[in-house]
Amino acid sequence: MTPPLILGLESSCDDSAAALLRGTQILSSVVRGQNALHAQFGGVVPEIAARAHAETLDVCVEAALAEAGVTLEAVDAIAVTAGPGLIGGVLSGVMLAKGLATGLGVPLVGVNHLAGHALTPRLTEDLPFPYLMLLVSGGHCQFLIVRGPQDFARLGGTIDDAPGEAFDKTARLLGLSQPGGPSVEDAARDGDPDRFRFPRPLLDRPGCDLSFSGLKTALLRQRDALISEQGGLKRQDRADLCAGFQAAVRDVLVEKTARAIDLYLADAPAAPALAIAGGVAANGVLRGALTGLCTARGLRFCAPPLKLCTDNAAMIAYAGGALLEAGLHHDMTLSARPRWPLDAGAAPLIGSGKKGAKA
Amino acid sequence: MQHRLTLPSADATARLAATLGAGLAPGDVLLLSGGIGAGKTHFARSLIHSLQEVPEDVPSPTFTLVQVYDTTAGPLWHADLYRLDSPDEVVELGLEEAFEEAICLVEWPDRLGPLAPARTLHLEFADGPEEDARDLTLSWDAPRWDSLRDLAS
Repeated sequence: MTPPLILGLESSCDDSAAALLRGTQILSSVVRGQNALHAQFGGVVPEIAARAHAETLDVCVEAALAEAGVTLEAVDAIAVTAGPGLIGGVLSGVMLAKGLATGLGVPLVGVNHLAGHALTPRLTEDLPFPYLMLLVSGGHCQFLIVRGPQDFARLGGTIDDAPGEAFDKTARLLGLSQPGGPSVEDAARDGDPDRFRFPRPLLDRPGCDLSFSGLKTALLRQRDALISEQGGLKRQDRADLCAGFQAAVRDVLVEKTARAIDLYLADAPAAPALAIAGGVAANGVLRGALTGLCTARGLRFCAPPLKLCTDNAAMIAYAGGALLEAGLHHDMTLSARPRWPLDAGAAPLIGSGKKGAKA
Repeated sequence: MQHRLTLPSADATARLAATLGAGLAPGDVLLLSGGIGAGKTHFARSLIHSLQEVPEDVPSPTFTLVQVYDTTAGPLWHADLYRLDSPDEVVELGLEEAFEEAICLVEWPDRLGPLAPARTLHLEFADGPEEDARDLTLSWDAPRWDSLRDLAS
């Protein structure tokens, strides 16, 4: 039997996206965002206007249909990000999805944006549940045990900045280009990671929570100390600062991932695996360290291609398909949710049994 | 009116945030300025936690622009306007309504332009004499905040 053709819609943050998916085959995935503007000074210019999302989404759907070579009438179901995110953007996606589902007379399913990211490894690889997930997306960074399409246990996450944000802010503080991930990694290549000893926040505390905000402050202090000593920052100083910063992020991520692995292995998974999503996977140093950790602990290491780790609608279509398969769908009462934790059980969840995403 | 304080540590900042938070109600707007690493988000996080029975994650809003929380004092918006270009975008975010209906903590408030409400409390963070110390300048026009003159660090 042919799997259903699912149209996915995503508009929860900066980008508008539409995709067509059949099973695990991505027929098209269109993302219209602000990428061209990312290189502007200091960061990403967001598309926050609900109106603009609504207009762009229509165009994305048309482009996705054309690229896939199918007509709207061929679509079997609509999956849409219903949260978390900026309410205006999410709302325009949900409204469009409702309109399309009603007009076509097909099922509608609302998807948690973070669930989309967390299930992406299964879209590109044959990865059985449960797997350990290090989910790094925009402002998010968390460790999850993914036990099923609606069953996530959160082990910990950042208590302040996400790593990508720490890289962006480091780049900003050192006059490097945005986004900070690639530019800091580049600069660090010629640097000595041991010249400056940056803090490893929260390593002294138990658990899997991460913190990167203090690291940024330490870097700022070191930069200012160098500038007042020498009257400026030399290229080598910048390289050493970047290398020291990156080494600190690496050490924190590796140690916290090791702790998350301990908790995950208590689930006795038949085929233990760690999947990472987001910019972390694109950084050679971080990826190398996490791959090494997995090898040492006997875990398979998975990292979906980067274009599926940034915001896209293929992951929403895939997650929506998994929900539909589980018999879930929504009606016209589906609402946009600015906040929607994957695991509402939150902190003391270890040993408290399974917790599903709250509908 | 203006009042200056030195906060000797991150904990002192957290205590001050809780003290201030205890007097807040919907309609109160706090503008937080200072450079990267000045402690704006730490202050906001401490204030939000002090108003929650079960403290939840308070991630940096730099990427998401706005995070909304339920607190014992009512709805609270934590916004970071760094990525915005113009006051028009503030309107799109729905901040104008939030200024009326919620407690608002706004980082990088210079982006507000003329949309900054009149009765705000402005907190300016700057590096202090020691590593974790911060100099904080509170300033306001509205009598709503006059009692802060007696605030000690």
